[in-house]
Amino acid sequence: MPVTTIAGKEVTVDDEGFMTEYEEWDEELGTELATNIGIDMTDDHWRVVKFLREDFVDQGETATLRRVSTVGGVPTKELFVLFPKKPAKKMSYVAGLPKPAGCI
Amino acid sequence: MTATEETAAVVPDFGDDAEDRKIAFICSKGNLDMAYPALIMANGALSEGVETHMFFTFWGMDMINKGTMHDLQFTMLGNTAMHMKGSTKHLPQGLGGLPGMTGYATKMLKSQIAGMNVPEVPEFLDQLVDMGVQLWACKMSVDMMDLEKDDLYDGVADIINVDTFIEISDGAQVLFI
Repeated sequence: MPVTTIAGKEVTVDDEGFMTEYEEWDEELGTELATNIGIDMTDDHWRVVKFLREDFVDQGETATLRRVSTVGGVPTKELFVLFPKKPAKKMSYVAGLPKPAGCI
Repeated sequence: MTATEETAAVVPDFGDDAEDRKIAFICSKGNLDMAYPALIMANGALSEGVETHMFFTFWGMDMINKGTMHDLQFTMLGNTAMHMKGSTKHLPQGLGGLPGMTGYATKMLKSQIAGMNVPEVPEFLDQLVDMGVQLWACKMSVDMMDLEKDDLYDGVADIINVDTFIEISDGAQVLFI
């Protein structure tokens, strides 16, 4: 896996640029990753990212949009506003997690 | 593998600058098993930021008819791929004709779908509407079935004729299901 420097820290990423090591992520990195894709983090963004990270520990995989909505309590519509166009991939990227594997 | 290769930061390409893509599903079936392919693919397309339309026609009207959408059925009849979960042995076609068998098969399929955390048809449509899908009902089917706009799922944008659908789907990838 390539190692790159983001927010002054050395992190491991995959070929697309998604972080691959759960423990290497912190909020400063999350902010930088968001900036990379044109997103300014707000409390609402953090709520989603924190849910994703906690849920990943419980489930061993990244939550889908449906799971963020039904379990995380963030309506699907809002996810499209917070992470425009491709919310599932963008929120995973910011949270330092792999893209969701599930279809729904 | 050792992590020794230092590279410049790579930012994933989320296609924000890509040319707008568009997809349209024509839903022509009212069987439970034939409702899901378009719902699932539309969900995927919307997740990818693709403009997504669904046009419901003929038996597909059952997917958006308030009177039927909660109770789509699955029958074994005519389905030669029918076998019990975990088995490759085909079930005899005649079984599907026994009284109560369609209800039983429907219940089994619904429980398997729910087991995958996939919602039932009405709730799935709610989700797609939240994601920005555009739903259209076929005028000829509406007229033929003596339906009114009020009989249809609230998320349906309009009842349109085929000319309008052809206009709407201009430049789209179209899938007939």
